[in-house]
Amino acid sequence: MTSHIAMKLLYSFISLFVIFNYGILLVGIMAQVRARVQGRIGMPVWQYYIDIVKNNAKRTSIYHGVMFYLGPIFRLAGGLGTYLFIPALFGSAMFSNFSFAGDLLLVMYFIFFGQLGMALGAGESGHPHSAIGVARGLAQMTAFEVPFALSVVAVVIHAHTLSITGIVAAQQGSVFHWILFVNPFAAIAGIIATLGMSMGNPFSIVIAPQEIPIGPPTEYQSNLLGMLQTNRALFNVAKLILFMNLWFGGATNFIELMLKTFGIYLITAIVGQSFPRFRTEQAIRFFITWPTLIALAGVVYAMVTRY
Amino acid sequence: MTNDEAVPAAFTDEELFCQERPQVREPLKGFFEKFLNWARANSLWFLGFGTGCGAVELRPLLTARYDVFRYGIQPRPTPRQSSVFIIGGYASVKTIKRIVRSYEQMQNPKFVIGLGSCTINGGMYWDSYNTINRLDHYIPVDVYIAGCMPRPEAIIAGFMKLKQLIKEGRGENANKYARDFDWYKANQKKIIKDWNMPDYNW
Repeated sequence: MTSHIAMKLLYSFISLFVIFNYGILLVGIMAQVRARVQGRIGMPVWQYYIDIVKNNAKRTSIYHGVMFYLGPIFRLAGGLGTYLFIPALFGSAMFSNFSFAGDLLLVMYFIFFGQLGMALGAGESGHPHSAIGVARGLAQMTAFEVPFALSVVAVVIHAHTLSITGIVAAQQGSVFHWILFVNPFAAIAGIIATLGMSMGNPFSIVIAPQEIPIGPPTEYQSNLLGMLQTNRALFNVAKLILFMNLWFGGATNFIELMLKTFGIYLITAIVGQSFPRFRTEQAIRFFITWPTLIALAGVVYAMVTRY
Repeated sequence: MTNDEAVPAAFTDEELFCQERPQVREPLKGFFEKFLNWARANSLWFLGFGTGCGAVELRPLLTARYDVFRYGIQPRPTPRQSSVFIIGGYASVKTIKRIVRSYEQMQNPKFVIGLGSCTINGGMYWDSYNTINRLDHYIPVDVYIAGCMPRPEAIIAGFMKLKQLIKEGRGENANKYARDFDWYKANQKKIIKDWNMPDYNW
């Protein structure tokens, strides 16, 4: 039993290390893609490594209270928790992490958890821009959770399980067993919710660098900012793997994982480069109309085809 | 009851602001510091203080024509997260107060680039009643870029010079500011007449 737990821990560390590095390089590659769209050469792919080292190497940092310190820690815990309960590769002992029956509910909670912790931490910094950013972020998050949760309900009806491994298993066999083809309504609503979750361009009002510099993390600096950047790479790729498992049939090897997560990330980048920014109330109105209706259609379609 | 009594002051200035003097933070020794300096030089996040006319030359840096992202340089909208402070041209008596406040909010190590002739000796405003002449009497400056106005190529050359200084371990002006704090404060107070803030307010 002890050796089993030790093995599981070792596997999780290896899995975390690989995914963290993949996450940083993925963010770097996508920054390159954006730069090419704008006709620039862009920053090197490894720039985020240097930025993290630089921020951690600052010699001073400031203190605004206990919760201010705990904010980035909660955020990182949210990122780690999200990743560690998602099976990254289907059928792999090393990359199955701590997934268990019913992990989907826990993962959906963890996606929220980091943002709430960050909201408390940013609130204690006392900066008005942080408070504005947090209010916008939480409002927008509540809105995109509606189509996302409905889409997940449709997926669960199809797979008849709350385990992510079970959902991936239900999509094996052929490309046409993916939820994307079995229930396109749920997948489309889910992908639109993904755009909101990525905080990319139509829904980037939370950060809005030119308007409220730069939203919740305005006061974060030095090693706390380094921690937020570390989480950014990890949380981003964890969410991409979750979406891949839910709608795109999961992955059985690392090449497949890289191709699929890159593809999903590319969708958010293309939309981000093509559309201007929504205001908060426009984003909320958008999420609770069409994507929610499509997701409801997905739930009805799932119930009709399944029962 | 007057309005003043109705709204009691919840915090005094002493509670709201930090009254501590800046401390000298000695760099590490040997290979480790060299590695960190390399990282600092290759990740320059700048805060543009765009009240002078020079700020207009900063925007092209981010476009496809000049693209400073190639060199690990990017803009950052808050002083807390920036490591390079660019003063975009002349600094009036009113803005020097904001320059000092923003500079003090940045974290050690921090670097300053003075853009244009006005930051060196006042430039065309050298005898103006309303502008300062030498920026490095008020905050320490690492690199000056001469010109009125310097073109974006000159700004990139200035950034490269700054990178070289940091890699050589000569970007220690945040410590210089802490060491000569009294001299800088005396100079600042000579110019800023309405000093209604604590001496050190990060």
